[in-house]
Amino acid sequence: MLLKRLTEARGISGNENEVRELIINEIKDYVDDIHIDRIGNIIAFKRGEVNTPRLMIAAHMDEVGLMITKIEESGLLKFTFVGGIDQRVLVSKQVIIGNKKINGVIGSKPIHMQKKTEWKKALDYKELYIDIGVSNKEEAEKLVKIGEYASFLSNYIEFGDNLVKAKSLDDRVGCSILINTLKTNTKLSIYGIFTVMEEIGLVGAGPAAYKIEPDIGIVLEGTTCSDLPGTEGHLQATKLGNGPAISLMDRTTVFNKDLIKSIIDTANKNNIPYQLRRTTFGGNDSGKIHLAKAGSITATISVPCRYIHSPVSVMSKNDYANAEKLLKLFIDNLEKGGFSYEF
Amino acid sequence: MEAKQLLGLLSEKSGVSGYENSISSFITQVFRDLTDEITKDKLGNVIALKKGENNLSNIKIMLAAHMDEIGLMVTDIDDEGFIKFTTIGGIDPRTLLAQEVIVHGKRDLFGVIGAKPPHLQDESEREKAVKIENLNIDVGFSKEQLNGTVEIGNIITINRSYLELNGSWVSGKALDNRAGVVTMFECAKELKLLKHQADVFFVSTVQEEVGVRGATTSTYKINPDIGIAIDVGFGSTPEIPKEYTLDMGKGPGITIGGNIHPKLREKLVEIAKEYNIPHQFEIDPGPTGTDARAMQITRCGIPTLLISLPLRYMHTSIETINIDDIKASAKLLARLISCISQDNLEGLLCY
Repeated sequence: MLLKRLTEARGISGNENEVRELIINEIKDYVDDIHIDRIGNIIAFKRGEVNTPRLMIAAHMDEVGLMITKIEESGLLKFTFVGGIDQRVLVSKQVIIGNKKINGVIGSKPIHMQKKTEWKKALDYKELYIDIGVSNKEEAEKLVKIGEYASFLSNYIEFGDNLVKAKSLDDRVGCSILINTLKTNTKLSIYGIFTVMEEIGLVGAGPAAYKIEPDIGIVLEGTTCSDLPGTEGHLQATKLGNGPAISLMDRTTVFNKDLIKSIIDTANKNNIPYQLRRTTFGGNDSGKIHLAKAGSITATISVPCRYIHSPVSVMSKNDYANAEKLLKLFIDNLEKGGFSYEF
Repeated sequence: MEAKQLLGLLSEKSGVSGYENSISSFITQVFRDLTDEITKDKLGNVIALKKGENNLSNIKIMLAAHMDEIGLMVTDIDDEGFIKFTTIGGIDPRTLLAQEVIVHGKRDLFGVIGAKPPHLQDESEREKAVKIENLNIDVGFSKEQLNGTVEIGNIITINRSYLELNGSWVSGKALDNRAGVVTMFECAKELKLLKHQADVFFVSTVQEEVGVRGATTSTYKINPDIGIAIDVGFGSTPEIPKEYTLDMGKGPGITIGGNIHPKLREKLVEIAKEYNIPHQFEIDPGPTGTDARAMQITRCGIPTLLISLPLRYMHTSIETINIDDIKASAKLLARLISCISQDNLEGLLCY
């Protein structure tokens, strides 16, 4: 299954190769041109009969993770973060490290040895380390190098009422939707962009948009979902199962209101459930895309993900399917000239 | 079966204190070929007996390793279907966030433990550990869908795949003390090759994590001449002072302290030296928190030993151990058992 393979592949920001190869293999028979640009973005072009508006759809390949900073005399590995991770999720987890795919675990001081006050404090990542099962530095150096990446080890599991648990749903859900969209025939030409390093500051999207110069940019994302006990209703950015989320504004973009309206109209007309992303927190590749060159108009369609940026992100397969469907119908509408805007 | 493989199978089984049924039936199968007689007592301890040769004076040696593990229990299901829980045994709440679980309801349900997302917490909240009462288990069903499937009191185990690390190192949940059970298994294998006079009782005990309870009743029933507990000790990591830890891969920790019979312990060390078995010492002057404690004060008192397997990250889901330490412990125990006979027993136990 595509989403399983995508989420189980490793692609921490700046080291997206495994994901990039997987994606290229998936789309190569369905697009007219594939190009990997100088910073690692995949730029795919699928030629249709209609070329306007110039449509760019983007999903980021990278995921948050860890990077090895030091090998201790004991053979334990110190690390830093790549992207935003709540350090409290790290303890008692499995990771896989570097080119040699070395298994490791993140441990902590046993509860028996702790003072009661210690349990109440979050463990700082600087106190933590990765154990790969060696007795000293020399043995460790044969397996792992400083600067290598460590990603969470977490299988794709389907559970509950049509839900999925996996790592890196942010943004392999976007990659999966974009891959499937490129596999579908459309009359409108599409630039499908799989970007690098979104999680460390929207690095890839700017150069990609500079090259493409789109009229319309659609960003596909996995977004925060906080429909959890203890969170008041109005603070719940999205709710699982209520359909794809359409962004209004975040820290990087005020999304184009006509484009938002057109997507919502499409959803309403086709009875596709959707929700508005009720927070301005966070940002995504759109921030760079809409400001590239002379600018473009953008929108974001997201699949809500609980426990995002943790090894156990959770999404609804219904939300995923509806996001894919909504995008498809929106493109249909575009190619029919259903969205008018002075470009 | 190889020790590494068996430990993996045991690690992935569920057996929270008081709910050891599934792990105990598996252990019963595992010991069947290596022992002569297997019984289960009222509390659920699995007692596998390997008879000695010419055991005219009925010498009995009991080995005990607990098979139970720490876990969680359902206390409430909220209106949205999120499950609230309490802990069974000593769980560090900080190790629970973003963990996978299995809720053992009418059928087993997969779930994850989540909390309020960090961006909805202020800075000071983020520096604090999440309290157990603020954690939720998300099984992805509504309250209505869970009706009749999950109930208050259902047991929850952490869902964790056994992971092979470098060389002989492995990691998983409940290696405390499934590693002890594997040590008994390996010891029974060794004893197939050695002669031993004593009847050897391999006891996989229940409810150690909530107060060494299984060892209490099983030791009474067996009434051994010598009791040997096998459990885990703190493997060395940077944040624990070295004098409180055991080095990984350097053999079993032989415990020294009031819980341990001094002459018998000297004999154990002598044997380790004689057979070149790597070993180290664990210092614990008071009653240890292990089955050895229950054994020592059973009936009129039982001479007791404790073998500690070095284990890192105790009571987390990624406990880490070196298989070589299990094998060395098994060999050491087998050699000790095979040297005990009617002729030397009294001498060994005499103060």
